[in-house]
Amino acid sequence: MTFLTRSGDKIFHIAIIGLAALAFLELIVPLASVIWVSFFENKIINFPPKGYTLDWYANAWNMPRFREGFLMSLKVGFVATMVSMLVGVPAAIFLARTQFWGREMIQTILLGPLIVPGIVAGSALFMFLIGFEVATGVQIAQTFAGLCLAHSLIALPWTIRLVTASLVGMDRQVEEAALTLGARPFTVFRRITLPAIRPGIFAGGLFAFVISFVDLEKSLFLVGPGSTTLPIAIINYLEWSIDPTIAAVATVQIAAITLVMVVTDRFFKLTRAF
Amino acid sequence: MSSITLNKVTKRYGSLVTVDALDLEIDQGEFLAFLGPSGCGKTTTLRMIAGLTIPDGGSIHFGNREVTDLPPYLRNAGLVFQGYALFPHMTVAENIAFGLEMRKVDKRDIEPRVTEALRLVRMDHLADRLPRQMSGGQQQRVALARAIVYRPDALLLDEPLSALDAKLRHEVRTELRALQKDLGLTTVFVTHDQDEAISVADRIVVMSNGRIEQIGTPDGIYERPANRFVAEFIGTSNFLSGSMDGKDRFKLASGEVIGFGHVGAGSEKSTISIRPEQIRLRAPSTKPRAGVSGNEIGATVESIIYRGNMTEIVVGAGAQRLTVHQQNGFGRGVPEFEPGQAVVLEWSPDAAVLL
Repeated sequence: MTFLTRSGDKIFHIAIIGLAALAFLELIVPLASVIWVSFFENKIINFPPKGYTLDWYANAWNMPRFREGFLMSLKVGFVATMVSMLVGVPAAIFLARTQFWGREMIQTILLGPLIVPGIVAGSALFMFLIGFEVATGVQIAQTFAGLCLAHSLIALPWTIRLVTASLVGMDRQVEEAALTLGARPFTVFRRITLPAIRPGIFAGGLFAFVISFVDLEKSLFLVGPGSTTLPIAIINYLEWSIDPTIAAVATVQIAAITLVMVVTDRFFKLTRAF
Repeated sequence: MSSITLNKVTKRYGSLVTVDALDLEIDQGEFLAFLGPSGCGKTTTLRMIAGLTIPDGGSIHFGNREVTDLPPYLRNAGLVFQGYALFPHMTVAENIAFGLEMRKVDKRDIEPRVTEALRLVRMDHLADRLPRQMSGGQQQRVALARAIVYRPDALLLDEPLSALDAKLRHEVRTELRALQKDLGLTTVFVTHDQDEAISVADRIVVMSNGRIEQIGTPDGIYERPANRFVAEFIGTSNFLSGSMDGKDRFKLASGEVIGFGHVGAGSEKSTISIRPEQIRLRAPSTKPRAGVSGNEIGATVESIIYRGNMTEIVVGAGAQRLTVHQQNGFGRGVPEFEPGQAVVLEWSPDAAVLL
């Protein structure tokens, strides 16, 4: 009996490790293979590699659509990050610190982008902007401003949620202590609250940028002629050809996001924000 | 420093009255402890004095200055929290300087005053540390220095020692008491630990259900409790039920008649309270001690428990069970009695309180 139980324990233990390893592989293998393929000499993506080269990176950089798409994605990502921080941080503070009717509802709506398919949200926003244009004559859809607006909107819930999480996790007694020491509410916010939630604000900004940088579906509707973002450039290229250029572009995209994460992590431990 | 006056201070949460028309006068330089079980309203009262909770009724004065509706930053009170609540991103010196900065103290004066406050709590060697690099006891000392450096009108302490281990708690409370006396700080101390309250406070306010059960000096409260709640909450006691027999005698349920030395304030005159260490045992064949006549009852030893510094003897007297504490030392500690033995319990008249 004892023997059975113990071997059962062992099987359970091995099964857990096995499943965890499988899940990890599932995450890492596609990423690793994209990076690997980007160095293949082969003219189309297939195995095994005939040799290795950096030509595909040069090739990608020489294609204006990728170079410009990359720069466009950086620009839009930067603007979206700024806007979502400017709006998101005060909104998070208000949501976390004020009791009002409908607060729960707003918090639920903020989960919307996780539930509504991107393609639906994109088309809805597109129709709204067209309607707006018809009514006012001001064109926003298919302009840089429109794209930035859309990206700010999709990034905002992430910023708000991350900043809210850090506010909720904060020790309120520290703020009360500052009040009793003679600090007025605004001073308490500036000197005590803000430094305490800084990791959440950084993480919120980081996520805003990443979400914007990789967005495909919503941008599809909103980009103007000659101003595509990197994910759209990738999709367009894939329609006609499947050589390792695309792997090189994807690798650069992965590298850019990794860089943002590493830099942010140097200022504070990202794990603290989750 | 100033006195603190609470006049009919009330706080309700919905239909629940947390603090019920509390009247209290705290003298300048006094060390007052609020003692009571959790939920008795002691912390709410402290928060109302600090300005973190606004009362629904009544008034609070610091000296002649009314502070009832004043926000915390205009009250000039110093508050020390149970969880220290130091600013995690500031050094010890910056934490302590904060209150002075808020008062626009001249920059040149801040440093010497911070140093002085750190010296008072014996932390001057750690001025550049961050809170997370310090032990709980060190953090609590910094929190105390932070609260006294700007010479508050009132020092308010919310269970400041309960997060410390037993030995450190003892040490810090002795220091706290000495510092409070040296600086003449009007101090309000909230605790649920009766031992702590008794050993530091000038006066103790025993609270339950938002009301004051008794106000008095530590020995007054311990030796002359106003009611059964106080007698039970502070230390342990034996309760003998019965009824009055004339004006100054009490007839126990067993039929024996005894005297009493004090009458509790809220007395229902149905119980006598005697502390376990006030009772002496003797064999029925020996003579009573001088001065205890009329304050003795017969009993049978049920069990004897050795507890190190004292021995606890449980005796049965009729239907009642009593606990007797006998101090060990001077060769004592070896039980003089055995379970099953008939004994006489005696006490001095002062030790019996009618409740």
